[in-house]
Amino acid sequence: MRDVAVVGFAQRQMKELDGSPTCLEILVPILADLYEQTGWTKSDIDFWCSGSSDYLAGRSFSFVSAVDAIGTLPPVMESHVEMDAAWAMYEAWVKIQTGEVDTAVVYGFGKSSAGILRRILALQLDPYTAQPLWPDTVSLAGIQAREGLEKGLWDEAAMASVVARSMSDAASNEWAIRRGATSVEDVLAQPLYADPLRRWDCAPVSDGAAAIVIAAGDKALQARQRPAWITGFEHRIEPIALNARSLVESSSTAAAGTAAGTAGVDLAELHAPFSHQELILRSSLGLADDVRVNPSGGALTANPMFSAGLNRIGEAARAIWAGDSDKALAHATSGPVLQQNLVCTMEGR
Amino acid sequence: MKVEFDYTRSLGSVLSQFMSALKQHSILGGVLADGRVVVPPPEYDPVTHAAVTELVPVSDFGVVQSWSWVAEPVAQQPLEKPFAFAQILLDGADAPLLHAVAVDSPADISTGMRVRVRWAEQPTGTIRDIAWFEPAGDAVTEGSASMEFGAPEVTGMTSPVRLAYDYAASPEETKFFRGLAEGKIYGQRCPKCEKVYVPPRGACPVDGVPTTDEVELPDRGTLTTYCVVNVPFQGQTIPIPYVSAYVLLDGADIAFLHLILDIDAADVRMGMRVEAVWKPREEWTTSLDNIKYFRPTGEPDADFDTYKHHL
Repeated sequence: MRDVAVVGFAQRQMKELDGSPTCLEILVPILADLYEQTGWTKSDIDFWCSGSSDYLAGRSFSFVSAVDAIGTLPPVMESHVEMDAAWAMYEAWVKIQTGEVDTAVVYGFGKSSAGILRRILALQLDPYTAQPLWPDTVSLAGIQAREGLEKGLWDEAAMASVVARSMSDAASNEWAIRRGATSVEDVLAQPLYADPLRRWDCAPVSDGAAAIVIAAGDKALQARQRPAWITGFEHRIEPIALNARSLVESSSTAAAGTAAGTAGVDLAELHAPFSHQELILRSSLGLADDVRVNPSGGALTANPMFSAGLNRIGEAARAIWAGDSDKALAHATSGPVLQQNLVCTMEGR
Repeated sequence: MKVEFDYTRSLGSVLSQFMSALKQHSILGGVLADGRVVVPPPEYDPVTHAAVTELVPVSDFGVVQSWSWVAEPVAQQPLEKPFAFAQILLDGADAPLLHAVAVDSPADISTGMRVRVRWAEQPTGTIRDIAWFEPAGDAVTEGSASMEFGAPEVTGMTSPVRLAYDYAASPEETKFFRGLAEGKIYGQRCPKCEKVYVPPRGACPVDGVPTTDEVELPDRGTLTTYCVVNVPFQGQTIPIPYVSAYVLLDGADIAFLHLILDIDAADVRMGMRVEAVWKPREEWTTSLDNIKYFRPTGEPDADFDTYKHHL
């Protein structure tokens, strides 16, 4: 295996992007940030890979317009996944492993506010017996949360403490949409919205984009003194039928975590768009109590579709660059109620 | 902006039987290798991966296993007023079915509550034949409606998908469309390579930098390449043959597609000079449709060298 590291990361997210669903307006400055961080130019990047969805943009081949942000004359080597960009990064990492390329920029973007996000996401369900009912994301998460509550796997206070910690930690994250010092009591004082969920239990609808630079070996050291070296990178998927798997545990996260290796992790950025999902992820990964979880505030404070998972990798890498973590774990999820999960572990050397 | 499409899907043998039974007010579960009965029936056993072949009727009564309140229903959901989505374990089944439960408030539903199917008035052979579930009270099931097994009646389904988007134009597009409403055409110049793009696109696709300088362009230019449309198609409004062509406005570096009229299709040629024919001013909107078509100006044809890089 080639040693590959994360050496650049930039993000932008907001409640409502005043711009087009191609997100060009924010992708251009994000890429400019990355060139500044690495000291590289477009010609230093061997491979480009993005994650986005036409269902969010409401137009076909929307990712093709976003390619304008790169500048593609002379032509570049490029690919795309209709998943969170964390999976685009997996593709780029595999591409580097083949030896064909040494560097890659991975980006994700989406303007969730253009439509009704929780409704549009019903289109990722089984098209025969589930999607025709238009089960929205929040309702499915509510069913999942109640099952855990009533089975005694977690309680309201545990969910509220995830919310309170996330919003308090996000106070120092300039890109968080929902932030500020918050106590468990503050959370529990909020009315129920999608009983058993409060609005704060659900990630805010977020627009945004993010990008990461990964590079192999010496190239990585050229761009950054203390790169975040990838030590494990795995993803797993569970059945689409909601009654074919347990919703209150995440066997795919557990399998990806075991394969990637979680020993020695001191920090974890978990992509949990609902408070109780963080509890599921923590227990599926078997994280020790002293592991710092989501110091950035996590997806509960900003969840831009198709980049929120990549943001977890970027935030974890940043902690390593800064020396705040020696080994960090980043997790991304995609699909309904934690159907697909990815784990990426990184370390500083 | 509205995006609509009726997806038509063919059904395999398992779902054909399931949907056919629903149409007759009966619910079928699939029997898995371990003997569990699952509704809706999967086509393949999730553990052994063998095709599921045995289907058995289950009750139209069941028990709520978990639920979530839908305070603000969205379009096309089973109920327009607030309701609950629930996992419902039908009597005779071993895995829950996701569906709606019609109750007035979250206080009227609880885990363990017995519910029964409310069948849709018009059977369609889809999961929507179950309109929703409602509290069963003390009622007991009368058993599934008797049904004829045999060649399934339903072998396909239609899923209407209707999506609505608030499509925000980018700042550059806004300027462009507002300009059209005034009879003006605005493009933008890349500060690096100095190429002029129309319509403006936010970033130069060559350099990846924002296109910042605004340029007003004339409504005349050169036809770079074209095709003669001879094939009739549904919704066609212009009599064939007619010409679709790329028009390179004077001062622009990107040609755009428009219609060429007021000339016999056989006389159209590369390099021909053309100008816009606008709709009457009172019909102008923020749309490229304000230009009805382009027509020949009568000027001598442009030299090939002037547009050879724009083909």
